[in-house]
Amino acid sequence: MDTASKPLLRADAASFGRTEGSGPNLSAFTLDNGLDVVVIPDHRVPVVTHMVWYRNGSADDPIGQSGIAHFLEHLMFKGTEKHPAGEFSKVVSGLGGQENAFTSFDYTAYFQRVAREHLKTMMEFEADRMTNLLLEESVIAPERDVVLEERRMRVETDPSAQLSEAMAASLFVHHPYGIPIIGWMHEIETLNRDHALDYYRRFYTPENGILVVAGDVTEDEVRRLADATYGRIAPRGKRPVRVRPREPEPVAARHITVADPKVEQPTMQRLYLVPSCRTATQRDCYSLELLAEVIGGGPTSYLYRKLVMERGIAVNAGAWYMSSSMEDTRFCVYAVPAEGVSLPALEEAVDQVLKTIPAEALDADSIERAKTRLVAETIYSTDSQSSLARIYGSALAIGETIEDVRRWPVEIETVLKDDLASAAERYLIPRRSVTGYLQKSAS
Amino acid sequence: MTASVETLSSSPTQVKALTSAGGVEAWHVESDVVPLIAVSFIFEGGSAHDPADKPGVAQMLARLLDEGAGAYDSDAFQERLAARAIELSFNAGNDALGGSLKTLVKHADEAFELLRLALAEPRFDQDAIERVRAQTIAGLKYQQNDPGVMATRRFFEEGFAGHPYGRPTSGTPESVAAITRDDLVAMHRAIIARGRVKVAVVGAIGADNLSALLDKVFGSLPEAKPLSRIEPASLQKLGSQIVVDIDVPQSVIRFGMNGIAWRDPGFIPAYVLNHILGGGAFTSRLFQEVREKRGLAYSVGTSLVSYRSAAMTWGYTATKNERVVEALDVIAGEMAKLTSEGPSDEELQKAKDYLIGSYALGFDTSTKIAHTLAQIAFEGLGIDYIARRNALVGAVTQADIRGAAERIFGGGQMLTVIAGRPTGV
Repeated sequence: MDTASKPLLRADAASFGRTEGSGPNLSAFTLDNGLDVVVIPDHRVPVVTHMVWYRNGSADDPIGQSGIAHFLEHLMFKGTEKHPAGEFSKVVSGLGGQENAFTSFDYTAYFQRVAREHLKTMMEFEADRMTNLLLEESVIAPERDVVLEERRMRVETDPSAQLSEAMAASLFVHHPYGIPIIGWMHEIETLNRDHALDYYRRFYTPENGILVVAGDVTEDEVRRLADATYGRIAPRGKRPVRVRPREPEPVAARHITVADPKVEQPTMQRLYLVPSCRTATQRDCYSLELLAEVIGGGPTSYLYRKLVMERGIAVNAGAWYMSSSMEDTRFCVYAVPAEGVSLPALEEAVDQVLKTIPAEALDADSIERAKTRLVAETIYSTDSQSSLARIYGSALAIGETIEDVRRWPVEIETVLKDDLASAAERYLIPRRSVTGYLQKSAS
Repeated sequence: MTASVETLSSSPTQVKALTSAGGVEAWHVESDVVPLIAVSFIFEGGSAHDPADKPGVAQMLARLLDEGAGAYDSDAFQERLAARAIELSFNAGNDALGGSLKTLVKHADEAFELLRLALAEPRFDQDAIERVRAQTIAGLKYQQNDPGVMATRRFFEEGFAGHPYGRPTSGTPESVAAITRDDLVAMHRAIIARGRVKVAVVGAIGADNLSALLDKVFGSLPEAKPLSRIEPASLQKLGSQIVVDIDVPQSVIRFGMNGIAWRDPGFIPAYVLNHILGGGAFTSRLFQEVREKRGLAYSVGTSLVSYRSAAMTWGYTATKNERVVEALDVIAGEMAKLTSEGPSDEELQKAKDYLIGSYALGFDTSTKIAHTLAQIAFEGLGIDYIARRNALVGAVTQADIRGAAERIFGGGQMLTVIAGRPTGV
């Protein structure tokens, strides 16, 4: 029951290194009713991670009902005709399992982690709530209050979260990625049972789901259990349509400020509108991924070396790219000013450094180091069945293929210096950007 | 469902105690499925040993160990790590300075050498000290008016007033500004020593290779000298309710009472009791009463905290200012009910089933296993603890639970800290 308000930044950025020995020997198939299934064996411990992903997230919220995807995620724990509210959680807990769920812009997912012998029980319950959710009116208001408290905790008490929301709302002038996953306060307050049921009936179908099972299982076993549980759900005929507007070409460089008396340490961020792994042409998403690592990945990155180590104008600086996204997405550059440095002075320094990327940042050693780190991350991820389940589930949920994930390290390895320079020149430009200041207000 | 006998008696992972030729001890799990090695280590001695007027030294030391060592200045050291995707990090808490290392097998020699340099030969170059100082102060300021951070800081100030545990482990902007290179060198000499460290290694490395690497890293460290003594302490100001004023729409609440340390024979019953009251699952009493039934909060729970010289049970929640009184009443009511009536037999059994069944979930990645083993070694619970632990949980009776409740909730009083603008408090 989390809001993944900041989706895992490199949720897509992983596969496994062919050169490093064995990766997951995974398999995929589709049930007769259209439910996609992925099996990722890991026999080191007798545990499984069972996840169901739905191809709908906050960016599919109907206009005026922001937050409904996330609210429904909470309500999915409120019981069915067969299993009253709380029973699923009690069973998971009694079996020594752990569970949760999360909502992102493009997907919603539910998971349990249990000893391998309890997989079928998890599948029975999860299949049941795919179609049989029963929303008693009495559970709606308290759970809406829970979500309002969640928003107060994450956003209303935190000026930096308010800046993040304002920047996204400014970057995306048309696309719903500009609306917070959890929803706007005034719209969450009006969400009701009808909204939830309409949304549920539209999106919670076998054709719209992806079952991912990672851990101590075989493909045959998962196929048999899935047929006996999820397989009994009647198909709806086709997958629900996701209507997503496209962002227009941006023309305005934007500047925004959140000023709050609670702010003692100013910060600045810059977001650029860039293609995602789904909208990129000419392999730009790999170039942007590597570019973010070269200029902003840790203490050996270009931004950190220039702004923190050499000039001492910032105490921290970096960059990241959210490639895992159905439509155009964000590339972020951030910096924290040193004592006594104003945000405009810092921004000017950031701009000076960004301008020199093609000429200075792209030496062979830096590129090689960034590639090594990105590819190693994919090997490290094979140590965790949960990570693998998330990597493949999120990729499929946004329309990537298993082959896309597998090929990722090779694509990264083959990015050239000129690709990086070209990506920086085409995308890190003022008219594609929003710059945000977090600073102290007088009162 | 009751946990099977097999689950009760089997160990979630096969650990071997290893002593290197040079006498360095470590716990080792060999597994070659994934081509990586994860190391976790914990040195006795931490923030509680900071100079009384300069909290933050141990944490600053932890931040400086990878900022230049041996022949490499900070940038060169970081470049050696990054070029091979070696992940090295350090952290300091009240009682310990710990860290972790993760590397691909093919870079193991370089990774262990960089760890050796960071531990044995940190440079503490002045420019690195100043950079880390500025970063630390910026981090402190960034969180200065966060209601959760404010509530926690005040909770420790009040609950352990006059004791090292009452000081902020990260220091204050003023104390960090005053830390000198000599402070860091002295803390390094005091903590980073042989005989004071517990080490766990998991991954694709055999005992012989590991033994040689352990000797290299830890074998050359100086012998440990005694640390300053940290007096035993218990949570003070029970019965007090303190408001930290900050203009936010939601109040963050911390509440605490007595605890039972992990090393104490009474710990396991207390752990089961805590699970019933406010442990991590959606089934806990506080989760049900505060969140599910009343929609008072998104997060609510309790946990047991074990320090070397103190133990406590503490809880957290956050609710809008107008509902703080109601939330506190519900929490106090649940604790009173649990103390006077105890859990039902079924509730107790379910809690034990959960704790037994879920133990293996903590052993599914190399990093998690290494971390857990190092913690168990640090607590002195013995290498057989992970094999014994589920049977200990299984043996907990209603009488044990009553005993734990008496020790924890005994007087029925809590220290409560509220950061926000609560109404009616």
